[in-house]
Amino acid sequence: MLARPMRERSKSLPIEFQEVTYAAGSTPILNAITLVISAGPPTLLLGPNGSGKTTVLKLAMGLLRPVAGRIHYASGAEVARRRCAIVFQKPVMLRRSAARNIAFALKAAARVPEAASIEHLLQAVGLGSVAERPARRLSGGEQQRLALARALARDPDVLFLDEPTASLDPAATKSVEDIIARTAERGVKIVMATHDLGQARRLAGDVVLLANGGIVEKAAATTFFRAPATPLAQRFLAGELIL
Amino acid sequence: MTALELIWSGDPRLFQIVGLSLFVTLSATLLAAGAGMPLGALLALSRFPGRHALIVLVNGAMGLPPVVVGLVVFLLLSRSGPLGELGILFTPQAMIIAQAILIAPIIAALTRQVIEDLWAEYKDELTAMNVTGARRVATLLWDARFSLITSLLAGFGRAAAEVGAVMIVGGNIDGFTRVMTTTIALETSKGNLPLAIGLGLVLIAVILLVNALAWAARGWSERHAG
Repeated sequence: MLARPMRERSKSLPIEFQEVTYAAGSTPILNAITLVISAGPPTLLLGPNGSGKTTVLKLAMGLLRPVAGRIHYASGAEVARRRCAIVFQKPVMLRRSAARNIAFALKAAARVPEAASIEHLLQAVGLGSVAERPARRLSGGEQQRLALARALARDPDVLFLDEPTASLDPAATKSVEDIIARTAERGVKIVMATHDLGQARRLAGDVVLLANGGIVEKAAATTFFRAPATPLAQRFLAGELIL
Repeated sequence: MTALELIWSGDPRLFQIVGLSLFVTLSATLLAAGAGMPLGALLALSRFPGRHALIVLVNGAMGLPPVVVGLVVFLLLSRSGPLGELGILFTPQAMIIAQAILIAPIIAALTRQVIEDLWAEYKDELTAMNVTGARRVATLLWDARFSLITSLLAGFGRAAAEVGAVMIVGGNIDGFTRVMTTTIALETSKGNLPLAIGLGLVLIAVILLVNALAWAARGWSERHAG
């Protein structure tokens, strides 16, 4: 599946956040943010813990509803969400083998779980040799790659990734980043949350810096890392704590 | 003849009673699982007015007195009762129904808790994959299968050890509706202790064996399914 040629630019994009506010109970998380996620190279959401990165991804995926404002999808919410997939920081492995996890995702996406498709997806993420192993017995890095394969089984236009390498060692991180880069090369829009600046430099096409429930800065990655426009972004890149 | 001699000699009367007991209890457990598991899953996953009251009711029903259940089923199945035309009072079928009513709330309540906990873990993942409705319920029940074995065992244990309800609706008829627990009660009152003790040992052995088999199956499945 990953080996297929460059796909047509997504019709599910742009996804537009219009003055979106979100609160968990009485705790404000996002405060009237406006953001456009367009087709193109990966968009990296940066920011400290609690800045609202995960909430942005979940809102875009339709897993949360804004308490104010709206999210506009170019192809309509229902269609767009079917064309999106997400990988969580701690993905839940279903209690079955790696191959059956893929089969489940294919069925859920109304696709035929053919053995060849399953094998292809597992090979694409380097898990061909553990197809029959219980998913919950895989290592953290393998589980993260299986979650990626499960997401790719949906053949998404947009792939949301929530700190997918947060708890992985460097080798596993490299492996996951390679898969993400190859997926992006196929034209799948990557929207990824991370607080790893090195990773952002390696993967980002553009960057959105979040802090205190708002967007501090949005810029092309080269510009952001070379000449951040806001003092908060400058402090963040300097490694200072921004609270 | 001592209790152990009765067992080793393969006393046909004793093993007829054991066989009927197993048939009634396993049938009741299956019937109760068929009703209790979907009900538990529904309570775990649905939100509707009165849900909390229903949960309290189901939880409370775990402690239903067997003799009360027996009495209700007796009244339903008695000739003048609403289900009297079925003509199954004082038959194994009546005993199965009584035991199923007794243990269905146990299975439902434990299933609800298991599924609710699993749903908290799976919610985002399944929602993101657009897994809804019956497929969602089936996925959760399947992935909770190892934990649900425990709820089945709890139901089986309660049914196997129960005496009041089956005594009332079965009538403890020799060779027809006489099961281990009712026989133990009867033979003890008659002073026939060897048979009562023999059946008591078999009853305990059966419960231990079923639990051991279920535990082994759970361990094997967990190793192979994760």
